[in-house]
Amino acid sequence: MALIRRRLTRLAALVGSALTLSACSIIELEDNPLTTFEPAGPFADKIDGLFWMVFWIATGVFVFVMGALIVIMFVFRDRGREDQKQPRQLHGSPKLEVLWTVIPALILAAIAVPTVSATFDLTECSPDAMEVEVIGHQWWFEYHYPDADIYSANVLVMPAGEEVCAQMTSVDVIHSFWIPALNGKRDVVPGQTTTLRLQADEPGDYWGHCAEFCGLSHSLMRTRVQVVSSSEFDQWLQNQQGPATLPQDGDPTYDGYQVYLNKQCIQCHTVRFDDPDASNIIPPGAFNGPELTHFASRNVFAGAILPEENETRSEALKEWLANPPQVKPGSFMPDLALTEQEIDALIVWLESLE
Amino acid sequence: MTATAERPATTIFRRPKSKTGLWGWITTVDHKKIGIMYGYAAFTFFVIGGVEALLLRIQLAQANAEFLTAGAYNALFTMHGTTMIFLFVMPVSAAFMNYMLPLLIGARDVAFPRLNALSWWIFFFGGIFLYSTFIFGTSVPPVGPDGITGNLAAGGGPGTFNFLASSPDGGWFCYQPNCGPLYSPGTAMDYWALGVQMLGLASLVSAVNFIVTVFNMRAKGMRLLRMPVFAWMSTVVAFLLLFSLPIIAVALFMVTFDRQFGSLFFAADLGGDPILWQHLFWLFGHPEVYILILPAMGIVSEVLPVFSRKPLFGYSAVVFAGAAIAFLGFGVWAHHMFASGITPVAQAAFGLATMTIAIPTGIKIFNWLGTMWGGKVWLSTPMLFAMGFVAMFTIGGLSGVTHSIVPSDWQQTDTYYIVAHFHYVLFGGAVFGIFAGLYYWFPKLTGRVMSDRLGKTHFWLMFTGFNLTFAPMHWLGLQGMVRRTWKYAPEAGLEFWNLMETIGAFIIALSIAIFMYNWYHSRRRGEISGLDPWDARTIEWTIPNPTPEYNFAQAPRVTRLDHFWHMKYDEDEEGRAVRRPEADEMLTRLEYDGLNPARPIHLPAPSYFPFVMALGIPIIFYGIIYHTTVFGKALIAIGAVLSLSALIGWAIEPLEEPMDHDEEAEPGDESGGVEIERADFLTDDETAEEVVPDE
Repeated sequence: MALIRRRLTRLAALVGSALTLSACSIIELEDNPLTTFEPAGPFADKIDGLFWMVFWIATGVFVFVMGALIVIMFVFRDRGREDQKQPRQLHGSPKLEVLWTVIPALILAAIAVPTVSATFDLTECSPDAMEVEVIGHQWWFEYHYPDADIYSANVLVMPAGEEVCAQMTSVDVIHSFWIPALNGKRDVVPGQTTTLRLQADEPGDYWGHCAEFCGLSHSLMRTRVQVVSSSEFDQWLQNQQGPATLPQDGDPTYDGYQVYLNKQCIQCHTVRFDDPDASNIIPPGAFNGPELTHFASRNVFAGAILPEENETRSEALKEWLANPPQVKPGSFMPDLALTEQEIDALIVWLESLE
Repeated sequence: MTATAERPATTIFRRPKSKTGLWGWITTVDHKKIGIMYGYAAFTFFVIGGVEALLLRIQLAQANAEFLTAGAYNALFTMHGTTMIFLFVMPVSAAFMNYMLPLLIGARDVAFPRLNALSWWIFFFGGIFLYSTFIFGTSVPPVGPDGITGNLAAGGGPGTFNFLASSPDGGWFCYQPNCGPLYSPGTAMDYWALGVQMLGLASLVSAVNFIVTVFNMRAKGMRLLRMPVFAWMSTVVAFLLLFSLPIIAVALFMVTFDRQFGSLFFAADLGGDPILWQHLFWLFGHPEVYILILPAMGIVSEVLPVFSRKPLFGYSAVVFAGAAIAFLGFGVWAHHMFASGITPVAQAAFGLATMTIAIPTGIKIFNWLGTMWGGKVWLSTPMLFAMGFVAMFTIGGLSGVTHSIVPSDWQQTDTYYIVAHFHYVLFGGAVFGIFAGLYYWFPKLTGRVMSDRLGKTHFWLMFTGFNLTFAPMHWLGLQGMVRRTWKYAPEAGLEFWNLMETIGAFIIALSIAIFMYNWYHSRRRGEISGLDPWDARTIEWTIPNPTPEYNFAQAPRVTRLDHFWHMKYDEDEEGRAVRRPEADEMLTRLEYDGLNPARPIHLPAPSYFPFVMALGIPIIFYGIIYHTTVFGKALIAIGAVLSLSALIGWAIEPLEEPMDHDEEAEPGDESGGVEIERADFLTDDETAEEVVPDE
């Protein structure tokens, strides 16, 4: 009796410490902006529900198997004692075999039903959803609003409570568009169009990341989704449709504009000015960088990796413009060997492009 | 039976005779020596792949770390994956199959000993070829649309170890078009595609050999359903290899053609289809997962019964479940592509197919539990590893089920959750199983037992380190940490568990160091094992340790499953095992007989040709990479001449040297005469009448 009690105590201690350990791992030690556990819209929410359903079933199986293993280790252990009998030579049990074939099959069948229905539900965009084109580049996401015909980069702005149907393609390699709080991920494939439903219930800033390995700076291909109220969204659309002011000689922004004109920036970056003759529009299909007309209206740039925490955009721009490939290896934006003066002038102009 | 006598003896080539020294190893066709070479080579690559993993973990220990450059990081994770899969787990499984399969089925060698040597040498040269990319390979920034080139800062950007960036950096999955000619210019990915091609060829050759061996070389009475489970799983794996490797061979040739000759199979902007590559790759890649795990399942199915003192619970269920996993494994590949934009109908179908895999997997796990339940469980090192396998593999299996929940997989795929999942399957599963097998069968190699104390230290350290490294990855993945990520932002809140994982990785490294010391030490100083150190159940333990060159001095004859156990034990009326009084005496006589064959036993003669033929292949492949130059064309010609002349030499090589013809025995075959006088020993008296030869 004492022996069994001692064994049980030891077992309880073991189980206790295992539980404590797993509890520790679930305590949120850090703030996770990319977490899948805080769904912010109906699609991510549905997935979250499915995940937890399966999680608890799996936990049941896990506890069963680990429990059996622990009992085996403690109860059926060969203690080298003479009185411990040799075991019965059991070769199997057809009844048990049927049991542990049929029960898992039934559990899986039960899981299959919501899985299949959710797979279909979450795939097809509703017909009145707003369309946004997502274009993958090495290593940044570009957003095109076809109705308003405006281009943005790194920050996808959308209204709260409304569905956005992302129509996605890539100009180079396969990327994958992922906003964990809004939906699962979907690959962005060159030569094809894939779709993804997005919807957020509340305004907020949601993080995203390219999830498919897409070359040298894959880890630096991030994005943001900025969800705003419908009225703010309309305002934003209106602002984005408008042009930038063409700097005149004498304006504080004029020097920066000259750098843009003379230091190759114009080869890749579209800017639409209030003087259409001065506008520099990269034709669709040609190699391009992000459109800069409303650069300063976005809170992040350079594949949404900058500015970092505790850094202003101007500071980040300084770092970036000094040597883009140093920040983002493989970057198609070359080191243009700008002088410090040129960089400062550029920053003044860029910060004016609201 | 042999046609040697009639064959015109050639005098051009004499078969090599040395059995020791370098030439002995180069020309050997002995399945055991080949197995040992496979094992040591695989373990060397395991250490290399492990060092690569440690470098990756150091980079990830902190947010925004700049220990490695992005290029070096991408190269290291590509080579880590490729190494662990193609250069460690597959060849170490081949090592077990080579060494153990003939012993388990009671044969003196594999069906085609020279072919066996060929597959080993192709593997060996393939590994060297692949790793020569670190010296010869080049990897340069991509060329974008419109021919604009990507830029690297001087020194390759922030970080160190940039010289490692000259190796393949497109991932072991080589997704197109990122690893095509436009986005991965430079020769590194060519080394990868052709290197993996060679490794696949090696496995394909040995698959054929193992299949023929199992179907033709079994001992008398060793019916298919009397084979040890490891032999069964080896057979299943051989079929998986046979059917899946041709797919990847074709796909890799398509990659090579795209890169070398401008074919456009996968070039999206010119009408190719990058998703086609994914289908081909995973149509191979998913069976590959079972190629990696089934041998370990076989090993565990050998170890658990021995150390529980009970027969395997539900033997035929375990065998059929293994075969079922293999069949189903060909119908689930698109679950690697749920996010790729395939239609919801396809996603649902592949999701359901994936779920069904859980059923045979569950059958295996429950039967293993049933084997141990009610046993007398000896927690020796091999048993600890086998139980560790069951525990860790269960976790990997359960997280695998969560991938079949298609929408759930959209969140999980390409995150660290997946990294956690397949390390639980392939490290917690396959590698734990492999270590169980190494400790269990070590006496067969050396006649000694590995230190149990060091073995247990190894196990507990590895178990702790493993879980510390990979369990938090589930969590990190669900917290949004994507895979193949060189850097993560400090604001992403991923630092704490990444640091823990790095610490865990070093604990694993320490445990492996202890294992290596144990191996080295026990080879010479380990306790002498005797014939039957574990009180085992299968016939490989009826022959002396270390295994004599001829394996079985007399051809074994098998009357039932777990034949050796039944030679030692009876059952009482309760069904409990009772050791026969004469068992110990029988073991002594088995050992004596095993060391003293009644007649000289003729073994397959060594040959130069497998080595020479394999040597030609990497030379051809180097030539293909540099085919635009005269040098490259010359290499192709030299390699082709070398391989073809070896092939001809092989074809006309006499089966044995004429001077060896003083005996009547037949090479590699069980001669009928020897066993009669002593076969009683191996035959269970009560069931002797059951002896029915298979063919």
